[in-house]
Amino acid sequence: MSRTPDTAVPLWLLVPASAALALVAVPLIGLMVRVPWARIPQLLATPAAQDALWLSLRTCAASTVLSLTLGLPLAVVLSRLTGHWAVMVRTISVLPMVLPPVVAGLVLLITLGRRGVLGQYLSVWGVDIGFTTAAVVIAQTFVSMPYLVITVEGALRSTDRALEVVAATLGARPTMVLRRVTLPLVGPAILGGTTVAFARALGEFGATLTFAGSLQGTTRTLPLQIYLQRETDTNQALALSVVLIAVASVLMVAPTLVTRRSR
Amino acid sequence: MPALPPHANGRPPSARRLAGMLGALALLAPAALTGCASQQSSDTLVVFAAASLTQAFPRIAQGFEKDHPGVTVKFSFDGSSSLVDQLAGGADADVFASADQVTMQRAVDQKLVTSTPRVFATNVLVLITPPDNPGHITGLNASLAGRRLVVCAPQVPCGDATLKLARLDGVTLKPVSQTTNVTDVVGAVTTGEADAGVVYTTDATAAGSKVRTIAIPHSDQVVNRYPIATVAGSSRPGEAQAFVDYVTSPAGRAVLSSYGFGAP
Repeated sequence: MSRTPDTAVPLWLLVPASAALALVAVPLIGLMVRVPWARIPQLLATPAAQDALWLSLRTCAASTVLSLTLGLPLAVVLSRLTGHWAVMVRTISVLPMVLPPVVAGLVLLITLGRRGVLGQYLSVWGVDIGFTTAAVVIAQTFVSMPYLVITVEGALRSTDRALEVVAATLGARPTMVLRRVTLPLVGPAILGGTTVAFARALGEFGATLTFAGSLQGTTRTLPLQIYLQRETDTNQALALSVVLIAVASVLMVAPTLVTRRSR
Repeated sequence: MPALPPHANGRPPSARRLAGMLGALALLAPAALTGCASQQSSDTLVVFAAASLTQAFPRIAQGFEKDHPGVTVKFSFDGSSSLVDQLAGGADADVFASADQVTMQRAVDQKLVTSTPRVFATNVLVLITPPDNPGHITGLNASLAGRRLVVCAPQVPCGDATLKLARLDGVTLKPVSQTTNVTDVVGAVTTGEADAGVVYTTDATAAGSKVRTIAIPHSDQVVNRYPIATVAGSSRPGEAQAFVDYVTSPAGRAVLSSYGFGAP
C-alpha cells in the first residue's frame, strides 16, 4: 500500500477487486488441489505431450513474429486515421476478438481451405494450407494479432505528438521519426501487446482445431492435446494444463523482468 | 485515457455511478441465478445424450411427451466424455445416453448412474467422400494412398473402432488429421477439405447428398453400442426410468432406425 494519501486507492475498491481476483484465483487453486502432481513427469515423458509442447512453442513463436511484423505497422497507421476510416479499420482489425474461435476457424476454412474463396486458386498452384503447421500459425495469428494492434494503437494515441513534430521540424524523415521517436515512446505497450498476443496464441484452440485439424507433431498443439487427453482421462488433461499454465506464466513474467532491469 | 467530459455540476459522476451499478449487479446476480434454477420444475426431465443422438432423441421425446402428458424433456447434447465430466461435477440430469460402452462404464464406476445400462442402438462405420469423389477413392484400401484422409483419434470411440476395422481389413491408415469427434470428420469431408473420412453410418445418413458413402468390409464386426441409464440422484427417478423404457421400446427403436441406427 502506498503511504502518500492522495494516491491511495479508495478502500471500498478493495471489495470488488478481491472478488475479481478470487474469480480467477479460486478455480486455479481448485486445479492445483486436484492435479495428480506425481503423474506430471511421466506424462511429460510421452512423445504425444512432448510433440504438443514443442509444436506449441514453435507455432506461437512464428505467429508472434507474424503479429509483430504485420500488426505493428497496422497499429501505427490506425493511430493516424481519423473519423469514419478509423472506426471502420479498427472494427475490422479487432473483429477476431469477438468471433467465437470455432467461427474464426470456419471463416479461415471457407476462405483459405482447398475449396475456399482464395484457397481454390492457391490449390491450383499446389499450395494446400489445410492440415499443415502453416494453418496452425495462420489461425493463431488471426486470433492473437488484434490484441497487439489494439494495445499499441491505444498507446500511440495517448502519446505526445509534439515530440514527433519537433523531430520532423529538425529535419528527420518519417521513417526516422518512427524509429527514433514514435516506437521508443510506446516500447512498453509493444512489449505488453506482444506478450498478450503470444499468450492468446498459446491458448488458441477452436480456430486451430477447425482450420488446421489435429495430428500429432503437425497440428496438435498443447491445447488440442489437452482436449484429446480429456477423452480418456480428465486428470491427465488437468496435469497437462498445469504444464501449459507454467509455460505461459514463465513467458508472461519474463518481459516484465526485462523491462524492470532496463529501467 | 481520454479526458472525462465536463459535467454540469462540475463533479465527475463516474465513481458514484459505478458504485451504484456494482450494487445493482450484486443485487441482481443472485436473482438471476435462482431464476435459472427455479425454471427446472419437477415435470422437466433432463436428458444428457451423446452428440450423435442430436437429431433422433428430440423426435423420440415428442412421442414420449405425448404418452406422458405434463412431462417436458430437455436435452444437453455433447461428447459422451464431456457429459460424464459434467455428471461428475454434479450436473442436474435424469438420464444419460452414451455413444459407447467404455464411457458409460466410466459413469458406472463413478456411481453416477443407478440402473444397469441398457443398449438401445448400434452404429457401424462407413467411408465417406465428397459427392464428386475428387480423390477417386474406392474403399478402405490402397486408393487412399497420398489422399487426405480424416479419422477420429484412437482415444475416442469412433477412432478406436476405425483402428480396429483397419486392422481387420489389413490396411494401415495415414490420416492427415485425427479429430476428437466425428462431426469434425464429416465437416472436413463436406467442405471438400478432406478426400475421405471414416464416420458412423448415422453421420453419413444425416449428411445426405453432401457426401458419397462407401461401405467398409467387416464393419459388422466392429459394432458401436449405445447404452442408456438413469442418473443417480435424479429427483424424478420414475419419469427417468419411463424415458429409458420408451427409448428401448419399439416406438423408440423405429425412430432410431429412421436415422440410420441399428437394432441392439
